[in-house]
Amino acid sequence: MAGVLLLLFVLQFILPAYHHSTFSKIMVLASYAMGFNILLGYTGLMSLGHAMFFSTGMYATGISVYHFGYTGIPALGIGVLCTVLVSMLLGLVALRTSGVSFLIVTLMFGQAVFLSILYFDQFTLGQDGFTLTKELEPLVLGNASYSYTDPTFKYNAAWFLFALSLVITNILILSPIGRVLIAIRENEERTQMLGYNTYLYKLFAMTLSGALSGLAGSVHALLFSYVGATFAEIHHSIAPLLWTLLGGVGTTLGPLLGTGIMHYLIDFTSGWTSAYLLIVGAILVLLVIGAPQGLMGLVRQKRFPWLP
Amino acid sequence: MLVWFEDNVALLFLALLDGTVTAFVLALIALGLSLVFGVMRVVNVAHGEFFMLGAVLAWACFHFTGNMPLLGFLLALIVAPVLVGGLAMLSDRFILHRIQYNPESTIVATIGLLYIIQQLVLSFFGPEARPVEAPIYFRVQFPWFGYSGYKLIVAVLSGFLLLLTWFLMVRSKLGLYMRATQQDAEIAQTFGVPTRSVYSKVFAIGAGLAALAGVLVVPIRQADYLMGLEPLLLSFIVVIIGGLGSLRGTLVAAFIVGISDGFISVFYEPTLAKMLATVLVAAVLIVKPTGLFGEEPG
Amino acid sequence: MEGKEKKPEQSVKNKSQISRRSLFGTTAAVAGAGVLASNLTDPIVRSAYAAGSDAPIRIGFQVHRTGIGATYGKWYERTTNAAAKYINEHGGMGGRPVEIVPEDDGTDPKRGADVVEKFATQHKVDFVYGTLFSHVVMGSSPRAGELKIPYFVVSEGYHVASGALNRYVFQPCITDVRSQISAMSGWIFNNLGKKMTLIYPDYAFGYNHRDYASAAAEKHGAKISAKLAIPPTASSFTRYFAKIPKDTEVIYHVMVGPGVLTFVREMGEHFGSNRPEIFGFIDSLEGVALDSPGLDFLNGTYFWEAMPRYADGYPTHGEKVYRNAVGVNANGASKSDSKDVSTYSHMFGCWETLFAIKEAVEQSGYRDKRDYANLIETFEGFQGFNEGIAHPQGSKMFSGKSHQCYGQQFISKVENSKFDVVHRTSIEDGYYEPETDYTKLPL
Repeated sequence: MAGVLLLLFVLQFILPAYHHSTFSKIMVLASYAMGFNILLGYTGLMSLGHAMFFSTGMYATGISVYHFGYTGIPALGIGVLCTVLVSMLLGLVALRTSGVSFLIVTLMFGQAVFLSILYFDQFTLGQDGFTLTKELEPLVLGNASYSYTDPTFKYNAAWFLFALSLVITNILILSPIGRVLIAIRENEERTQMLGYNTYLYKLFAMTLSGALSGLAGSVHALLFSYVGATFAEIHHSIAPLLWTLLGGVGTTLGPLLGTGIMHYLIDFTSGWTSAYLLIVGAILVLLVIGAPQGLMGLVRQKRFPWLP
Repeated sequence: MLVWFEDNVALLFLALLDGTVTAFVLALIALGLSLVFGVMRVVNVAHGEFFMLGAVLAWACFHFTGNMPLLGFLLALIVAPVLVGGLAMLSDRFILHRIQYNPESTIVATIGLLYIIQQLVLSFFGPEARPVEAPIYFRVQFPWFGYSGYKLIVAVLSGFLLLLTWFLMVRSKLGLYMRATQQDAEIAQTFGVPTRSVYSKVFAIGAGLAALAGVLVVPIRQADYLMGLEPLLLSFIVVIIGGLGSLRGTLVAAFIVGISDGFISVFYEPTLAKMLATVLVAAVLIVKPTGLFGEEPG
Repeated sequence: MEGKEKKPEQSVKNKSQISRRSLFGTTAAVAGAGVLASNLTDPIVRSAYAAGSDAPIRIGFQVHRTGIGATYGKWYERTTNAAAKYINEHGGMGGRPVEIVPEDDGTDPKRGADVVEKFATQHKVDFVYGTLFSHVVMGSSPRAGELKIPYFVVSEGYHVASGALNRYVFQPCITDVRSQISAMSGWIFNNLGKKMTLIYPDYAFGYNHRDYASAAAEKHGAKISAKLAIPPTASSFTRYFAKIPKDTEVIYHVMVGPGVLTFVREMGEHFGSNRPEIFGFIDSLEGVALDSPGLDFLNGTYFWEAMPRYADGYPTHGEKVYRNAVGVNANGASKSDSKDVSTYSHMFGCWETLFAIKEAVEQSGYRDKRDYANLIETFEGFQGFNEGIAHPQGSKMFSGKSHQCYGQQFISKVENSKFDVVHRTSIEDGYYEPETDYTKLPL
């Protein structure tokens, strides 16, 4: 774990410009996927609406800066707060169902959030969105002032977010709460019979999962400037599912691996065919048939059983 | 109250009319999804793409028969469900069966299928939306506005197909097998029901129904490769409200959703209508988590 | 022909010269000759590059090959390739050949930003160009500004001129929605009716129309009796037609997306022969044949066209050369497939923008990215572009402050499933004072 973090940190000094900024983005998106993984990989609940958490964080932060002139850190806080609220509210409703129903419910609420973004376009500027370039003031830490879009700052901020997600995930799965969650994933009824209030645990997982995804959204808005409805679309909900599955659901490093691979795969294939989504689709199908545990899962299975 | 009624009679009538047509078509599309879930216990996220394929194949049939839209229509009514059903059977055999109908894996696999189908259609059909002529075109003039005669025919045909499906379910041997498998797959198997082939056929029928809906609907709206997403979402709403696994629930829900969508869109705003539909789902779930007519999974 | 004297293809210093000048025939011929002459015979310009710079000028083309913009993307790509070919056959940009480097952005703002990144840091192109959909422009522009690479969009959106973007973004050769609406509303209110119902998609593009049409109505003493917003995913529109007030004299519609033909057909079903005047925007029918089933209702209605689809709409020499080069026949469809109708009112922007870039490159003496500031300042000094082979849609006026151009518009009537141009607006009709000044920003 620490090794990977160290490697990523060091890479910023070696990577050429294109990959340098690509990695920044991958780390932020991987954090989104890690939030998703808390729910899927460790609690066993598949959601198809996580884009609503990501975009809640993104819009809450974005609107704070754009319309109300907040600076970065307070806007970040607002973003997290709003997302926690939304995740809890959603959990209260959606967790009354499970399995396939849960999936469809999350999908639909995700759509509802997307539609609200379009509906309240006086604030959100609807489909087109808005950019924070002019409104966002540089971050002031002590005596130094850092622009959010400066490449070095971006990379390190992304790295920090990713490290934070990694730490949170690790603490969670090693903690007693985490073990209950895994038990719920394996067999909810048995866990219930053992006396645990599974509903509360699932609510906690959902809130944490949503909050982390929302945090990723907030950071994304600050670092990459553009806030738009496209981040609330269903494809952006399918994305973390795809990345997590590819990398290894239920592993901590899986999401990073999946996000990175997928990003570069699309990058390469769109170079020689406009039907790159075909390849994505084919990979999904093959994955699910041949390697449902994903790449890290495979690694864990075959070689390193101690990987978290 | 009466004054309002008089002023808005035209709008009310239109809302009812349009809502009914929507409801019938929605029922047809959602039925396939519901059947598949009821019998196989899996959700097919590519369901909307089967609908789209039906529409695209209908365009191809019309194109093929040149100037005779009626012939093209009849051709499409046969070709589309057969081809799409065939594709579904292949998917079942090579993908769904391999993953043992695991619910979550199926969702992922069908998402993959969604992308594959979409992209293939993009490559061969193109990105444009292409119109298809209605087989029978006439305009019905009501006192306040005109309305498409073909749309009324679509409602009638959808109703007919729904009846046909119901008939199949209660009278045919396949229907018997389907209902048995839905009740309890294991027990059904011990009684000699060939569940494997039932699954295959059900998946094909579900896809075929969606494709038929596509054929019926395409003269009303054009065929384009992204048209499957909207019906998919609507089907989900219908199936959740009605209760996963209940065909009756699906039909009732389709009408509730179709007609209320008609009313709210006419009198208020369509985006609001969609948002309200979602809230409705939430409300239903809070009161009855398995949907209006849903059963506990067997 | 002397070196730096009157080269009609280059930027014109006096705004009034454009509006008073007759825009047919003569100028076009002279302009055409000017292009050839300036590139082949001007020794001063050529020698600036002779020193070791035969390396191509690489332009990153951000194209919507997939996603909702794919139909436009297809034609944008054809036009871009045709323009590059034409430019290269006639001396290139300042003697250097143009190389187009395309990347699909999937009509997705997220991918758009990544594509801009790729162009700048991996492909290391000179300029990025070509985006159409406004949300993609919004999503991609910040990155262009951060990477400090000139970004030329062909979008029609009001974003550039509104000041929401940055100093590296330009929209030099396609007019924006605000300008289009201002240009046409006068004619509409004076000729079609003063009580109008607006029907538009329920997102930013539609809101632009709603807002500017409303403002124009006030200016012309007309009234907007109803504003109907339709969600972009709507596939049936019957229910909205019922809301149109009975006393409406003219319906103004800008529906876009796959539901458009349905929209038109259902409008026909709803009204029958007893209809008000109808004015639409060609965006609804780009890429669609006018004789498609159900569109006969459109006969007798009017449309805005940026560039007449049918060859007899604006038959200048420049137009003919352009139409031939991009492979479009007299009916606006592909020469190799008469069913493949072009997006004629948008794609000219690609052709013209490439020529505008060429003009800026040549005027500023651009060699490589160290010359960006100079190029941008040169561009900001342009007053406009003259009609001709390089600018076949018509002459343009350009504001260095807002980075946006103004141009003429066409109003066509549908007769026998064909467009007949009935009116051409002047550049002034669509002019509005720039509301932003990018030149004040640092580079």
